[in-house]
Amino acid sequence: MSKINFLKPDRANLNTFLYAGSFLFLISFLDVFFNSFFNLNLTGFLPNFLSFVLPLVLGFIGLYFIRIEYSGIKRLDLLNKHINTNNFNAVLSLLIIFVIIKSIPPILSWFVVDASFAGDSKDVCTGTGACWTYIKVWMRRFMYGMYPNAEQWRINLSFISLVLLGSVGYFATDKFKKYLTLYYVVIYPLIAFLFIFFFISGGPVFFDFSYGIIAAILSIIIGFFIPGRFKFYYFLIVPLALYIILKYFLFFEEYIELGKLEGLNWVETGAWGGLSLTFIISFFCLIFCFPIGMAFALGRRSGFPLIRYISVGFIEFWRGVPLITVLFMSAVMFPMFLPEDFFIDKLVRAIIAISLFEAAYVAEVIRGGLQALPRGQYEAAKSLGMGYWKMHIFVILPQALKLVIPGIANTFLALVKDTPLIFVVGLLEIVGMLNLAKTNPEWLGFAMEGYVFAAIIFWIICYAMSKYSYNLEQKYKTDI
Amino acid sequence: MNLKLKDIVPQLITVIAVVLIFGFFTYNAQINMENRGIDFGYGFLSQESSFDVQFSLIEYDGSHSYFRAYLVGLLNTILVSVIGIIIATILGVIVGVARLSPNYLINKFAAFYVEFFRNIPLLLQIFFWYFAALRALPLPQDAEAIFGVFFLTIKGLYVPAFIWQNFSIFFYSLVAAVIAIIVIRIHAKKVQENQGKQIPVFFISLGLIFILPLLSFLIGGVKLSFEVPVLKQLATTSFIYEGGVSLPPELIALTLSLSLYTATFIAECVRAGIQGVGKGQKEAAASIGLTPNQVLKLVIMPQALRIIIPPTTNQYLNLTKNSSLAAAIAYPDLVLVFAGTALMQTGKAIEIVSITMFTYLTLSISISILMNWYNKRIAIQEK
Repeated sequence: MSKINFLKPDRANLNTFLYAGSFLFLISFLDVFFNSFFNLNLTGFLPNFLSFVLPLVLGFIGLYFIRIEYSGIKRLDLLNKHINTNNFNAVLSLLIIFVIIKSIPPILSWFVVDASFAGDSKDVCTGTGACWTYIKVWMRRFMYGMYPNAEQWRINLSFISLVLLGSVGYFATDKFKKYLTLYYVVIYPLIAFLFIFFFISGGPVFFDFSYGIIAAILSIIIGFFIPGRFKFYYFLIVPLALYIILKYFLFFEEYIELGKLEGLNWVETGAWGGLSLTFIISFFCLIFCFPIGMAFALGRRSGFPLIRYISVGFIEFWRGVPLITVLFMSAVMFPMFLPEDFFIDKLVRAIIAISLFEAAYVAEVIRGGLQALPRGQYEAAKSLGMGYWKMHIFVILPQALKLVIPGIANTFLALVKDTPLIFVVGLLEIVGMLNLAKTNPEWLGFAMEGYVFAAIIFWIICYAMSKYSYNLEQKYKTDI
Repeated sequence: MNLKLKDIVPQLITVIAVVLIFGFFTYNAQINMENRGIDFGYGFLSQESSFDVQFSLIEYDGSHSYFRAYLVGLLNTILVSVIGIIIATILGVIVGVARLSPNYLINKFAAFYVEFFRNIPLLLQIFFWYFAALRALPLPQDAEAIFGVFFLTIKGLYVPAFIWQNFSIFFYSLVAAVIAIIVIRIHAKKVQENQGKQIPVFFISLGLIFILPLLSFLIGGVKLSFEVPVLKQLATTSFIYEGGVSLPPELIALTLSLSLYTATFIAECVRAGIQGVGKGQKEAAASIGLTPNQVLKLVIMPQALRIIIPPTTNQYLNLTKNSSLAAAIAYPDLVLVFAGTALMQTGKAIEIVSITMFTYLTLSISISILMNWYNKRIAIQEK
């Protein structure tokens, strides 16, 4: 056994240093652990300050002892490389470990152990933990706003069918995949718009399901006998035509009783709210802002000076002002600009305002993609005799859009995070509903639970979106 | 000039469409205002505002004009933006560097911070701090002093006020120190280029910035004293602190959430910037014998800053624009004071909203012009 210099751990005395170091580290760890989980102060006999910093000092010495390069023990080397490279890093690592240990018990007790889940009144919330009963009782309001309870199936049905419609791309055969762009750009938004807006707001029957189903089944059956070349146009035209013929010419009201809807109750947009409104607004703004943004991005790169100046003006204007003032404008200033008896619903106004606002950002993102394409692409397309539109649709835009997927995803993420701002025009989505609920005299004092709940929901949505965009980026990565 | 019809027609159509839309709007606005008996004009700015603002940097009460109210709001917006930008930059740089740390724990901790705060809407964070977290603070009478002089209570943060005598002399000494440092830097650069000698500029600057103000205390008759806030009883259950400076909870919640939120984006910019400098640069610099500090100062940072600064300025702009969310928690910023209260009182929707938008537009465009100029200056000169 060689001589031990405790200021200089070396390989020769590996075992001694390893045991001593691990022991010291373990002591410091246990001290903090017992302190935070069992409220036991092992070093309580020491003066206050010393007992406070003792685990840090012990842990630091322990980590110092085990910092031996090329020890030959794989785990130890990994540990040294990752959290124990030098004194400074060792202290930081220790601090982080202690902070994590210290913060687990209070968080756990607030979220789960001391929290109350059961019951449906405020009386059960007597503990020090969170009152999830509050969330449970108000759940419907947080999800649907003031939308009447009996009609909420309409919102659910709309979203479920939209998801089903949207997933067409996933399950379509390769033969139909080439039509998907058209579907997603033209047909799907139209259906979605009809579905969400008219179905959720109600009013007279806009769509007789029974006729619709018969028309769909008939057209699918006939569709088998249509030659492949015409199938696309066939499915574009015939189902709608069949529906119209069935409804207005062949059948009359008295012939068909099968599952016919009586007409839905009108629910005005002021009653919409909660998380579903967040989705509705994000969805429409997403649909609208993309084409507008694309148009202005092309306009900004256009060869016509007047069109370019107008586009630059538009983009810079919307990018220069905060969204809240845009919404203010849509609420108080915009009605002044319309003819007197012309009324636009405030939800529609908010959607228009947010769409225009986000379109400017989308335009800048797409412009970045257009600029990043090498000139050769433009020249090659032109040399093939393509005109402006052909060149952009078939050569430039597909590549440029692929390049800017992450940027567009970030813009959409910002859009989702901006939706709570519609409180300015008096619409209450989930954050607005929380603020309303916390002022309810029966449920005072539960602001924390509400905000934590909304934060978790938003975090999940946004995190999932950002991960999805990252995956898309990886998938479409092509070298130019 | 060979103007072709093909070139003119699309432009003409666009311009006519834009003119028609604007004309339609102005026409309607005129008719609407006539019908409602509102007249258009900015004369109201000099009228008496007759509303109070709870927090203002300049002297203001109801007897002042609407223009003064506008200034109060603008200054409050600028105050919150400046504090937020400073905190967000410091935090963002630390987190951005931490994300590149070889230490696994620090790295993950920073990543967790970024992912956590970036994915929650800013408005929700502001509400959380204001309505939930800061409401859990103690009442003034129960508050414990931090370092004996700060009091963090439900009614805001009370900090000691500085009371200066001969403040101008102190200020001039600071200015003199800064000028001296600049002169020395220029001189040092010249000496290094001509003779190859290095002057320890950093230590000299450090000395100057301390010694000159210190001299002003010793010789110039500058005196500094603190006024510590003192608890005062108003009624049996109502207490406040008197003296010192009080920061309202709205301001604290707003700066906290703005800087925590923006710092995540700045951290990503910093990380991208440092990662954007090629590894070869570092190795090349080390191989010609520069010390690690010199490598960082002379090789890495100048190149990294070129990547970092443009997106970071964008974040500063975003922070300034996001500070308008103050209206949601009744912090008297430009939107709340002017586009809120003043609009309610005067009913001049078009004028007030346009002034507010124009103000933000001026702020953003001037910053982006400044940035473009700076970008051009630091861009690599390619020949």
